[in-house]
Amino acid sequence: MRINCPHCGPRDRREFTYQGDALALDRPDPEAGPDVWNDYIHNRDNPAGPTRELWYHETGCAAWLVVTRDTVTHDIHAVELASAVKGAGK
Amino acid sequence: MTDLLAKSPCDGLLPLTIGSVTVTEIAFDAITSLAPFKGQESAVSDALKVQMGAAFPKPNRTTGKAHARAVWSGVGQALVLGPPLAPIPGAAMTDQTDAWTCVALEGDGARDVLARLTPLDLRPSVFKQGHAARTEIAHMGGVLMRTGENRYGLMVFRSMAATLVHDLEIAMQSVAARGRL
Repeated sequence: MRINCPHCGPRDRREFTYQGDALALDRPDPEAGPDVWNDYIHNRDNPAGPTRELWYHETGCAAWLVVTRDTVTHDIHAVELASAVKGAGK
Repeated sequence: MTDLLAKSPCDGLLPLTIGSVTVTEIAFDAITSLAPFKGQESAVSDALKVQMGAAFPKPNRTTGKAHARAVWSGVGQALVLGPPLAPIPGAAMTDQTDAWTCVALEGDGARDVLARLTPLDLRPSVFKQGHAARTEIAHMGGVLMRTGENRYGLMVFRSMAATLVHDLEIAMQSVAARGRL
């Protein structure tokens, strides 16, 4: 399995560390209330199909990446810098 | 003050030649990490050119020559190997001279030796002279650069010096043994 890092190009999976669903980037407002925060911290979907995940290019350029991966086929459809994804909404 | 003896990271371990491959330690006068602040990239690159004659490297590249080289070392950061730098305005700089082990791997089978230690695509058409990479070297995060046709520069943290030399030695022995078959 290879991930096409926007900085480094295609690199072996061994250089990366998986963190979790990219939902973590959408941190709720501190005052959003316990239900919203409970959902953000504990609840994740478990889809068979495309998911967006956070990966860390640990022994490479040290960038956080948002990887769109299909859990059925393991195809990787897109790799974006988390900094760019995060900044886009603001 | 007591006059202390300076010991290099690979003191007593290198040089080492097995088969057609030689590994030697490279001692730099200084290693400085250089990270330009936002919007200061070209000004810092110009200042670096004035001080050492080489520009700030693009991602996965090196600039400069053997004793004054800048190597890309991560997002918005480069390591300057060789000359001690005067402070450059608009950049975060850290002295890392004693933090790294730097070795050169040279010889006909150097690429075969590296292929046993890193997952990087090392084909000459892909990893060209002047290219560099942050990658895994013998399970350690390091900096790898191609500095000649059959010459590579390797950097890992100083505390990993003996591990690096050990893993290089095993890989060099394996490549040499293969050659004898």
